[in-house]
Amino acid sequence: MGKTIVITSGKGGVGKTTTTANLGAGLAKNGKKVVLIDADIGLRNLDGVMGLENRIVRNLVNVVQSDYDFDRALVKDKKSDNLFLLPASQIHDKDAVSPEQMQEICKRLIEQFQFDYVLVDCPAGIERGFKNAIAGADEAIIVTNPEFSAVRDADRIVGLLSSEGKNNIYLIVNKVRPSMVSKQNMLSTGDIIENLQIKLLGEIPDDEQVIISTNRGEAIVLNERSKAGQAYRNIVQRIEGKKIPFLDMHSEENFVSRLKKIIGLN
Amino acid sequence: MLDFINKLFGKDEEVGSKVTAKERLRLVLVHDRASLSPQLLEILKEELIGVISKYMEIDRQELEVNFDSSDDSMALVANIPVRNMKRTAEN
Repeated sequence: MGKTIVITSGKGGVGKTTTTANLGAGLAKNGKKVVLIDADIGLRNLDGVMGLENRIVRNLVNVVQSDYDFDRALVKDKKSDNLFLLPASQIHDKDAVSPEQMQEICKRLIEQFQFDYVLVDCPAGIERGFKNAIAGADEAIIVTNPEFSAVRDADRIVGLLSSEGKNNIYLIVNKVRPSMVSKQNMLSTGDIIENLQIKLLGEIPDDEQVIISTNRGEAIVLNERSKAGQAYRNIVQRIEGKKIPFLDMHSEENFVSRLKKIIGLN
Repeated sequence: MLDFINKLFGKDEEVGSKVTAKERLRLVLVHDRASLSPQLLEILKEELIGVISKYMEIDRQELEVNFDSSDDSMALVANIPVRNMKRTAEN
């Protein structure tokens, strides 16, 4: 039986959409049948991050308005045969879908289309769009950054999710800069967990490769050489219930440590 | 003295801005979480009245219960005018 996971954050710009796309690509690579729903109606972006912006015919709002006719609404990914996107509408507003309709969509995708995972990319904010996006979710992943505003907003989201009876909440800390953390100039993931009191799914290092991949409409999780890609792959495994040790990002190699390694000092 | 040594070695900035961020965060979350539910504060008020009324006669109209926050702490402050003391506690 499949499950629905909402990816949310409160604050914008923390990496929700990138995370949704990468978790989707990673789960699909592991053989799971995955559909990603862009719930950010009016400001759709998941299509672009996945490189599928030219393939959209129908969208989430069309499906709701046609009594759940999914015909040509699910866009297949370029690389994977078991990864699909249900895009947001660009011309409607957040009121075009109700929480009940969102629940129905998620239910049908699992029961009728046999998806293993339905990942919902939630819009920023805590208004209508947020309430819609979380409506059908069994679990929630909160994405945050190691900074004051992002963590504060994440805490609000934990409160709002709990008040809606959603208590399976996990955290991803994105854009971590290990060198700043080790100089005590950036909140560590431990500091953040201590404040938020939710379960950690993983931390993603701030990696230029993420920007390069996004430019190309590709998923960093498929890049074997990227640290962020490795971090996403580990998170995918944890979502699948495997116990994977947390990545030690502080062993980041620099010129001196590489040199030491070469001459056998390390 | 330690300050001076830190400055001497240019360490002043590096004491770690995250320590400040973490402490600010801890405090703001206490406030945010507390301000989340005025309903809960109202229930708390009613229960307080109930308990205190067993021991003394209080002025319900003038009763105030609030969160009082200073820079580094937060307190639940109750101002409860007492009209009269009771000789024995009611049950």
